[in-house]
Amino acid sequence: MATAVPGPATEPVLEARDLRKQFGGVTALAGVDFILHPGSIHGLVGQNGAGKSTLVKILNGVHAPDAGTLAIRGEPVELRSAADAQARGIAMVFQEFSLVSTLTVAQNVFLGDEPRTPRGLVDDRAAEEATHGQLAELGVDIAPSAIVGRLPVGAQQLVEIAKAMVRRPSILILDEPTASLTHGEVETLFGVLRRLRSRGVSIVFISHHLNEVLAICDEVTVLRDGRVMLTGSREDLSLDRIVVAMTGTHGSAVAGGVRAISERAALEVRDLRLGTRVDGVSFSVRHGEVLGIAGLLGSGRTSLLRAVTGLEPRVDGTILLDGRPVAVDSPVRATRLGIAYVPEDRRRDGIIEGQSVEANLLLSVWSRLTRYGLISGSAVRARARELIDQLSVRTSGPTQPIQQLSGGNQQKVVVGRALALEPGVLLLDDPTAGIDIASRRELLARIRAFADAGHAVVLVSSELEELGDVCDRVLVLRRGRVARTIGRAAGDELSESALLAAIHADPEDDGSGSAGSASRPAAVS
Amino acid sequence: MTTPTSRLTAVRRTFDGRLSDYVVYLGFILIFAFFAIALHDRGFLTPENLGNIGRQTAMVSIMAVGMTFVLSAGEIDLSIGSVVALAALVAAVVLRAGQPIIAVVAALAVGAAVGLTNGLLTTRLRIPSFLVTLGMLGIVSGLARVLTDLEPVPVTNETWAFIFGSGELGPIPILLVWTAVVVIVGHVVYRHTPFGRHVLATGGNRTAARYSGIPTDRIKVATLVISAMAAATAGMLYAGRLQGARYTLGEQDLITVIAATAIGGTSLFGGRGSIVGALIGSLIMGMLNNGLLLMGLSVSEQIIARGVIIIVAVALSLREARA
Repeated sequence: MATAVPGPATEPVLEARDLRKQFGGVTALAGVDFILHPGSIHGLVGQNGAGKSTLVKILNGVHAPDAGTLAIRGEPVELRSAADAQARGIAMVFQEFSLVSTLTVAQNVFLGDEPRTPRGLVDDRAAEEATHGQLAELGVDIAPSAIVGRLPVGAQQLVEIAKAMVRRPSILILDEPTASLTHGEVETLFGVLRRLRSRGVSIVFISHHLNEVLAICDEVTVLRDGRVMLTGSREDLSLDRIVVAMTGTHGSAVAGGVRAISERAALEVRDLRLGTRVDGVSFSVRHGEVLGIAGLLGSGRTSLLRAVTGLEPRVDGTILLDGRPVAVDSPVRATRLGIAYVPEDRRRDGIIEGQSVEANLLLSVWSRLTRYGLISGSAVRARARELIDQLSVRTSGPTQPIQQLSGGNQQKVVVGRALALEPGVLLLDDPTAGIDIASRRELLARIRAFADAGHAVVLVSSELEELGDVCDRVLVLRRGRVARTIGRAAGDELSESALLAAIHADPEDDGSGSAGSASRPAAVS
Repeated sequence: MTTPTSRLTAVRRTFDGRLSDYVVYLGFILIFAFFAIALHDRGFLTPENLGNIGRQTAMVSIMAVGMTFVLSAGEIDLSIGSVVALAALVAAVVLRAGQPIIAVVAALAVGAAVGLTNGLLTTRLRIPSFLVTLGMLGIVSGLARVLTDLEPVPVTNETWAFIFGSGELGPIPILLVWTAVVVIVGHVVYRHTPFGRHVLATGGNRTAARYSGIPTDRIKVATLVISAMAAATAGMLYAGRLQGARYTLGEQDLITVIAATAIGGTSLFGGRGSIVGALIGSLIMGMLNNGLLLMGLSVSEQIIARGVIIIVAVALSLREARA
């Protein structure tokens, strides 16, 4: 097959001009230009909410832009649906796998488009042969007859790409393809992408891992607040320039000052290990302190919290509460020991749909609201009212069904449930994800106040700005290890850009890591 | 903040919620009125017939209380019919040896043992309770057949027959007293204790409940034990009322109990339910049985009618789950 040689003179394969898109009153894209050259890998980066996914959904035909033009190989097009985009040679590999785990590789690759025998029955053998050819073209060694669910995640990702490539698209969009891959799997994936590039396929590569973007991409575009902040070829860009473009000006941290924090550690974790996800993490949180945990998805931040809550069965390491070693083997034990946990996924793991605000708030403390073994109505009313006021939950009353509340107010209820326990240690996993700004501010203020009253808080967050604002110290996790600890008291700056740089810095460059583990992880390039 | 429209929607939602909670009472009244008019010349309204309905319904009502706990916790118990038979036979056999107190203990122990096994298999091995209790249904009804080699066992103990069957407390049939005791205790535990709230939370969202420190596995085991012990109690009442036990006892009750519970407003998917509703649901089922019989439907036709009713009830329950 003849392939076009990419060069500056070649016509763009895809050209978007001045794309604009609003959702309700919120501007997702405010005039974005995006140019993809043939046979190149184009990195698309930006913070959550920068407009990456909206742009990609327009390119994939899922959303129609409010204004702006799209052209494929110079020809103006309107994409009305994902099928439309597919017909024009645009394929998309989603972040969440779209594979059926109980089917074979070949059955997945040809799902919905199965080759038939002359009698009209599904021809599994033809599908397997074609799949074999497809996988060989990608240069990967996966058996077409293997059951997808039994393959490692990295191999599943490659099957997903093989499935997308069956229709021989000229443009391949990958949304966070490395989020759940190991280092070796990332290398294999990059090999496949380079091979596709050499065949003339143009690739849009979305990732939070800036190191990976710099390693694989020929061009990079940075979005912020629905605008292009920076675009250019790899040679002209550096990690620093990208970070500045993503976050805007430096120093957005509100000077919180150093607060009166006790000397005593409320929670101490020593050398915690959990498979390959958490690899020897140690830290402590003192009374009155908010410890932030920053890190990309897959850095081990969620696993770490789950381990301290007793949700992970095979944990190695020591957990101490007020200096005493404790065995936290279940959430029941954790709550008894005074550890409360707010999970990441509010809808799935937090609220009980169909039940009242009151039932959701008081879930953990019913047995404290009884008289002679029976729940006391007046105690319930009073406690529910108190929590609703404390967290400024907007509700028509304690008996309103929780699903009628806005996402932010539902989240306040879930946090309120944890606070109702009056725990010594509060663990929160990304509590402000996907909620409105007003609710976020109220929640963070409440969390800070809770710590100021002498309790210990561990706050995992994807929002670096908020970590900078609320935390006294921030632990930066990378691939299951503590890469750095940044503390206000140590004179470090807890700004968004400082945190972002710490998350993405090469391990070798960490001169100032103060709480890293003894041995260095294998280089992540 | 709230616009008039959103407030109106909220009001309508609340009202809808209330309305659906009361639909079972409305249904009860409508069906009662229908039979009262249609069958007024066939003795539906006579005190004897109404008393009969109450007595016939007692066992189903008691089992429906247990089933409300199980369904609310997001599980199901298909083994209750077989527990009725085994518990009744065990009680009858022990009674033959002249030991009424041991008979009570033994019958309840049968329930506790079956319930505990159901619960541990469901929670420890993570087998769906649907399958565990289906298997247990076979095992226990097999045991009931083996126990007396298919022979019925008569109950001649008059105290037993009085306490668990034909007796009366003043003007009130003793079976109604048993029903009232179980329903009232069940209602208080379900509505007014932390355990009841934990059952609803476990069925509403097991993960959320677990993360909030609720011992969800223990809660599920407890509901399955409650259900099996309610079935064992029903078995003792059958033995008293019929003055004998047989392996066929309770065979037809499972579908009636589930229908009664679902009609009473308990979600088949967990997280929502009502004990009083289950009682009303049982009475509706008893009334339908009685009314259809008086109307001259054969037993086979009654079984068909019951099947139709359970599907309608589940359809209503689904509609509410989506709302």
